[in-house]
Amino acid sequence: MTDTAVAVPGDAHDHAHDHAHPDYLAHHFDTPQQQFDAAKIGMWSFLVQEILFFSGVFVAYGVFRSWYPETFSAAAQQLNRPMGATNTVVLLFSSLTAALAVRSSALGKQKETTRWLILTIACAFIFLTVKYFEYAHKFEGGLLPGKYFHPHAAHLVAGSPVLPANSHVFFSIYFMATGIHGIHVLVGIGVFLWILKRNLRGDFKQYNAGVDMAALYWHLVDLVWIYLFPLLYLID
Amino acid sequence: MFLQPLIDAVEPVSSTVQMPAAMSEGAESIDWLFYGIYWFSVVFIVGITGAMLYFVWKYRRRPGVSAAPTKDHTGLELFWTILPLGMCVVMFHVSYKTYITNAIAAENSMEIRVRGQRWSWSFQYPNGESEPTQLWLPIGKPIRLIMSSSDVLHSFYVPAFRLKKDTVPGMYSQIAFTPNKLGDAQIYCAEYCGAGAAEGSGGHYSMLGQVKIVTAEEFEKHMKEISKMPDGMTPDKWGQELYVKNNCATCHSVDGSAGTGPTFKGVYGRKETLTTGQQVEVDDNYIRESILRPQAKIVKGFETGNMPPFVFTDEKIEALIAYLKTVK
Amino acid sequence: MATVATHQTGGHAHDPNELDYLAAKGFKSWALTLDHKRIGIMYLVAVLMSFALGGVLALLVRLELFTTGHTIMSAAQYNKVFTMHGVVMVFLFIIPSIPAAMGNIFLPIMLGTKDVAFPKLNLASFYIYCFGACFGLYALLHGGVDTGWTFYTPYSSKFSETPVIPMIFAAFVMGFSSILTGVNFIATVHKMRAPGLNWRRLPLFVWSMYATSIIQVLATPVLAITLFLLIFERAFGLGIFDPSMGGDPVLFQHFFWFYSHPAVYIMIVPGMGVVSELICTFSRRAPFGYMFIAMSSLGLALLGFLVWGHHLFVAGMSEYATMVFSGLTFLVGIPSGVKVFNWVTTLYKGSISLESPMLYGLGFIFLFTIGGLTGLFLAMLAVDVHLHDTYFVVAHFHYVMVGGTVIAFIGGLHYWWPKFTGKMYNERMAQVAFGLVFVGFNVTFLTQFVLGSRGMPRRYYDYLPEFQSLHQVSTMGSWLLGAGFLVMLVMFIQSLTSGKKAPRNPWGSAALEWQTPTPIPFHNFLEQPVITRGPYDYHLATEEELAHD
Repeated sequence: MTDTAVAVPGDAHDHAHDHAHPDYLAHHFDTPQQQFDAAKIGMWSFLVQEILFFSGVFVAYGVFRSWYPETFSAAAQQLNRPMGATNTVVLLFSSLTAALAVRSSALGKQKETTRWLILTIACAFIFLTVKYFEYAHKFEGGLLPGKYFHPHAAHLVAGSPVLPANSHVFFSIYFMATGIHGIHVLVGIGVFLWILKRNLRGDFKQYNAGVDMAALYWHLVDLVWIYLFPLLYLID
Repeated sequence: MFLQPLIDAVEPVSSTVQMPAAMSEGAESIDWLFYGIYWFSVVFIVGITGAMLYFVWKYRRRPGVSAAPTKDHTGLELFWTILPLGMCVVMFHVSYKTYITNAIAAENSMEIRVRGQRWSWSFQYPNGESEPTQLWLPIGKPIRLIMSSSDVLHSFYVPAFRLKKDTVPGMYSQIAFTPNKLGDAQIYCAEYCGAGAAEGSGGHYSMLGQVKIVTAEEFEKHMKEISKMPDGMTPDKWGQELYVKNNCATCHSVDGSAGTGPTFKGVYGRKETLTTGQQVEVDDNYIRESILRPQAKIVKGFETGNMPPFVFTDEKIEALIAYLKTVK
Repeated sequence: MATVATHQTGGHAHDPNELDYLAAKGFKSWALTLDHKRIGIMYLVAVLMSFALGGVLALLVRLELFTTGHTIMSAAQYNKVFTMHGVVMVFLFIIPSIPAAMGNIFLPIMLGTKDVAFPKLNLASFYIYCFGACFGLYALLHGGVDTGWTFYTPYSSKFSETPVIPMIFAAFVMGFSSILTGVNFIATVHKMRAPGLNWRRLPLFVWSMYATSIIQVLATPVLAITLFLLIFERAFGLGIFDPSMGGDPVLFQHFFWFYSHPAVYIMIVPGMGVVSELICTFSRRAPFGYMFIAMSSLGLALLGFLVWGHHLFVAGMSEYATMVFSGLTFLVGIPSGVKVFNWVTTLYKGSISLESPMLYGLGFIFLFTIGGLTGLFLAMLAVDVHLHDTYFVVAHFHYVMVGGTVIAFIGGLHYWWPKFTGKMYNERMAQVAFGLVFVGFNVTFLTQFVLGSRGMPRRYYDYLPEFQSLHQVSTMGSWLLGAGFLVMLVMFIQSLTSGKKAPRNPWGSAALEWQTPTPIPFHNFLEQPVITRGPYDYHLATEEELAHD
């Protein structure tokens, strides 16, 4: 990949040269390669800022866990490990299906791409459904963030350690982290639905940047969860 | 340190255009740094501006004369990267040494507790007595202030000492100094902390105080005075004085007008409804509890008042009760 | 060697919309435009309106401070006015100002290309800015916020009774506009340069846009998460920043300044880019130490991330942390110093003319140097303990933000005005306005250094009588400053309605944006330019390229 653009000289708006400008090539780019490279660098820049966005929550987690390690260990016992683990597997699998969608669209296989995209979206829905059940259980148990924290002994995990008085901090961070992550999953569903629509329309037969970029975003969403899961669920 | 003779020679003790009078030992070394960087900056500004204006005049556009092509000169670039870097290292070092020296409290420091609250300061001396707004200190004695806040961030600032530190709720911060001039020094709050909604009810700008640096004898005399009722005063008058000195009027009027807290007009014996719905009578016990633990029973409608606790001795509380009985 | 077609060639009949980007008329041609130049103009109008709003708030602040006690408003109102002044100026005006307005109009032209990498994203960024600004205006119309633009907890999360959440949400949304502009510019600079335009031939303005975009992408998301957490802290009592719930207010300060310190480099680096262009064009000379200036922009971008703790020297950090941050803060002053020395040396043996844009360029050097040096006072730990949260800090940051960025922004506006409007403005009026602004600014803010070192704290509604005369002088300075901007406003309006038609290259610059015709063609150039020299190579440029009649 070179830095300098390879330009096609001549008037940009001369329509006699249309055959050099396929449909998927935007008006301001000279070659499909340039457009794809720009999209890649743009998406990576965006992902870097996403990492920095999540970093705030991770820093808050780090600070409070270092101050109150026992609180964090005790409160984490209230999280449902099997559900968390299921979600981890589901997301990992969906990253695989997203990557396979990129591959099949690069090979121009529209029907196969459709299948992989649908699977990815289905996984995302499963993730959010599991999350819904997890949240519902927390609400039932009064394990809510901040000033709404009022645990009901009856709904706590049997045999779990007593929750220290400042456990609301753990749940504040838990809900912020998983909530922001969940919003990103929801956005991901929207993005993939749109990509699916475009795929059905035949947009990706020759140029699959859209699928590639969507998958890149999705891999980041998955990566964030890979860090969140052990830090929230697996500490003791 | 080789700089000491220079510090001794310079005498920024009395007030100048730029600095108020220095009234502590550390302040003088800080002033030396300030004037040092000040003159360094003046020389620099004059130099840069002078060069700029000179070049603009000397190389003004004239017909037939073109600009000479730019020739780079890495040596010059490195010179004015490395030399300023060296100067910065010196400035950093000198400043850090002064800062650390000032930050460390002497072994035999007198510890005084400072509490900031919206919008006044209160000070608690080693004898356990507390006093609002005025901080009395004996000259020449190393002092350590241990500070906190009851509500939001404040910042305890005494320009005459060139010292300031934020007071943070939930945490203690400290500063150390030795006052070395007799007289009064201004205290400010230097961290924005809001203001009362009603006109004249105070705010960040009104959170002032005075440090009163006095002789050791006067200090001892004052310590005795603040712990008891002044001679010739009746409890209710002392209570009124405490009401004024502790800025209670910021939130509690005596004429019936509405404020951040319930009015004191007719408060003694009044029946109030609490936020819990419970009814209470404002008697001696309720008044005492509301002073020491104001968040325990809050009158309905004043949920956002956020009254801070006041650490008062029993004598002071009884004087206040006596005063409140007279407010009709 | 002509590298750019300045007139139409060939036998095609060009559609008039192609020859002048302003030809197409109508609401939709603006609201749905994908043309970076039109998007830049919409941003320009928005930031100028924001500047006017912020300026009026400033005049109100200074008017209140003319006398002790109540002058025109209560303390509660004053707290809202100074907060809104800060919020409007920082988030609605200065952060977008040079990048979103001038960067959008001129970055693609300077790169010899047709548009930015993602034109639709560009338009979306503008609408995101507007959407965010709406929440800010909502907060303003509901009385305004009184927390200070820094939103320190627990005052902002628990005590303030003003519309804090809509205001913070506004800043949160507008942050995304800033991020997406940064993403767009990074991709554009990397992938859309004209043939022959290698990194060593980039204009210094482009280097500054690139460095700023890096900061925007890396720093702004941290503000976003900080504000997001603050919203939930206030709404749900999360307890992260509230000590009564086990949280830490100093943690908020760390989070907030981790963005807001790099943010000040988002504000100043574009200004420095503009000044580089002005100094070179009006000295007719290539910059001294081009690579050093370019690299110093990147240096500021990197070092700017390491110094946020200097806002917390008296907040309750450990002594060790204060030492580290003080040392790093000194380091961050060095790249700025290098630029100032290089600009002054560029004047040496130049051919200098003092048209109004150059007055702003030179004014910047003087004012920014003062601002930068007073930063050294604040980097020195022992001195900062005295000066922190006093008027000294207020004066320092106004010298760098107004004396720096605003002066550069106005200078750039004068400089590029003939290019993107096709009209000239009245030079005499411009000089009068500059004089009023320059004198007014110094009178307003020089006095504040003295107020600060004498102990006057910031954000004070009322003050001790000893400070009154200095405050009155400062307020009178603000009237001069305001008058200067009014003269400028009238001058620019007159230019638009009845200004002389601008030649292609009124300043005789060798830079690429001056080689394309005025009015600017829709696609920026009539033919794809091929670059064979740098933008400052006056000795390689032809007479025709430099012709300015």
